[in-house]
Amino acid sequence: MKLKRNIAVSESGFLFDPTGGESYSLNEIGLEIFNLIRDRKTADEISSQITSEYDVARDDFEKYYFDFVGMLRQYKLLEDEE
Amino acid sequence: MKKQFERPYIKKIRAGIPSKFGMSVHNEPVTHIDNNPVPELIKQFGSPLFVISEKTLRETYAIEKRAFQTRYPRIQLAWSYKTNYLDAVCRVFHQEGSWAEVVSGFEYDKALGNNVPGSQIIFNGPYKTEEELRKAIGNDSFIHIDHFDELYAIISIAQNSDKKPKVAIRVNMDTGVYPMWDRFGFNYENGEAWDALNRISLDNNLELVGLHTHIGTYMLSTDAYKTAMTKLADLAARVEKKHNKSLKYIDIGGGFASGNTLKGAYYQGRDIVPGFDEYAEAITSALINSELNPSKLPLLILETGRALVDDAGFLLGTVIANKRLSDGRRSTIVDTGVNILFTSFWYEHEIHPAKSTSDHLEETTLYGPLCMNIDVIREAVAFPLLRKGDNFVIKRVGAYNMTQWMQFITYRPNIVLIDMEGKAHLVREAENLDSVRGNERIPDHLK
Ligand SMILES: Cc1ncc(COP(=O)(O)O)c(C=O)c1O
Repeated sequence: MKLKRNIAVSESGFLFDPTGGESYSLNEIGLEIFNLIRDRKTADEISSQITSEYDVARDDFEKYYFDFVGMLRQYKLLEDEE
Repeated sequence: MKKQFERPYIKKIRAGIPSKFGMSVHNEPVTHIDNNPVPELIKQFGSPLFVISEKTLRETYAIEKRAFQTRYPRIQLAWSYKTNYLDAVCRVFHQEGSWAEVVSGFEYDKALGNNVPGSQIIFNGPYKTEEELRKAIGNDSFIHIDHFDELYAIISIAQNSDKKPKVAIRVNMDTGVYPMWDRFGFNYENGEAWDALNRISLDNNLELVGLHTHIGTYMLSTDAYKTAMTKLADLAARVEKKHNKSLKYIDIGGGFASGNTLKGAYYQGRDIVPGFDEYAEAITSALINSELNPSKLPLLILETGRALVDDAGFLLGTVIANKRLSDGRRSTIVDTGVNILFTSFWYEHEIHPAKSTSDHLEETTLYGPLCMNIDVIREAVAFPLLRKGDNFVIKRVGAYNMTQWMQFITYRPNIVLIDMEGKAHLVREAENLDSVRGNERIPDHLK
C-alpha cells in the first residue's frame, strides 16, 4: 500500500492533498499510522508498533486500522494498487 | 504504562464547500459593534483593538441571574477575576450585584480597588501568603482552603487574632468527567474533605461558612454539575447532622461553556453548548432534592467566568498580506497574533470580515504577525478573499485573553468599552516603549 506522493502533512495532523485540493485533519493516532504507512511499513509492522505503544489488543486494533485505511482509500489518498 | 488508545480518524475539512442544500456557507460580515462601524473604531483607536460591549455584559448577566433565580430563592454571583480583571469589566459586574472571586493577592487588591467590601470577596487558590491571609481575615473575606498546610496556617493565625476567620473548603470529586480535577482542594471520595470539615468544626477560633468546588472549565455536561452538587449537599447535610450547624453557602464554582468551538470539535460550540437554564436546572434540582433542612437552605454562589464574558469581547484586526504556501495553500497574515489571542490555542475562533464580501470562500491558514512558527490563529478556515488593509472581527474573545495575553515581540493594544448608549471609551491604553522598558534597569557598566 502506498500513499500518494505529494500529500503534505503537518505535525499537528493537518493534511493537504493538492491533487484533489482537499484538506483533512488527523487525530494523534491517525497521524502516527499515516506516517508509518508513508514509511512503507506493512500492516503487521504497524499493528505491532501501535499495540506495543498503546493500550489496545491486536485484533481490536486491526479493525480500526482497516477502517482507517478504508477512509484513506475513499478520500483517494492512496496510489492505485498494482 | 501504555498510552491510551483512541480510534484513528481522518476527517475532511469541509470549509467553504456548498452544503447539501446547495447553499454556500456564507461568512456574514460584522460591520458594527453596538452601532459603532468597525473601520471607524480602528481609525480612532488603532489595529488590532479589543472591544467590549457593556450591553452584552449586562444582558448576559441578567440571563444567568434569571435562570438561577427562577429556580432557587437565594443566589449570588461572584465575578471570577482571572477571567477578565479589567477594572471596567469588573465594575460592570459589581454594579449588577456581583461579589469578587480572586485567586491571588494581586487580584484581591484589585477587587478592593474596585470598592468591593472585604466581606464580599471570595479568596480561592492554592497559594495565599501569610500576609494575604491576615489581610483577608482582617477584612472578613471568605477564605476557601485548598490544603491542610493552609488550614493549619489559618489556625495558627486565628489563635493570636481577635478576628474569627470565615472559612470554607474547596472540594474535588469524581463527577464522571475525565480527566478529574483533583489537584485543588480536598477529595470527597477518599474522606479527606470530611476530615477537614471535622477539624474545622471542632475549632472554636474558625467559622465554617461554606463549601466550594470548581469542577473544570468549558464543561459540556450538566450531569457533572448535578453530581457535584449532590456530593457537596451530602457533605453539608452531614455537617448539619453531626455538628448541628447549617452552612451559609455552597459555591459551585464556574466552568460553564461559552459558545466558542473547541479545536478539533466536530460540532460548532454554539450548537451544542448548554444554556444557563440547563446548568441551573441540574444544579438547583440537586440542591433542592438533597437532605438539607429546607428551612435553612444555603446561599448558592456561582463563579461563572467565560460564559459571562466571552460573548461581550471582540478583537478587531487588519489583513497584512496574502501568500501562497509551497503546496499551493493560501495563507493570510493578520495583525492579531497569539500573543494577544491566547485562546486561539484552544478554540477555533469565529472570524468575520468587517464588510460584505463575495460568497467565494477559500480554505485559508491565518497567521499572526509574529516571526514565530507557533503564531497560527486558524489552521484551516473557509475565509473570504480579503485584501491587504481589510478589517475583520474575531468573536467571543472576552474571556481569558485580556488577562493571559503576553507582552511579546510587540505591544499589547488598546481596549475600548462601548457603553449602553453606544459611546466608545478607552479603558486600557496600548503599551509603548516606555511602559515595556519602565521596569528594566541597566547596570552602570552597560550604560
Ligand atoms: C476557582 C475558580 N472559579 C471560577 C473560575 C471561572 O471558570 P470559568 O471561566 O470556566 O467559568 C475559575 C477558572 O479557572 C476558577 O479557578
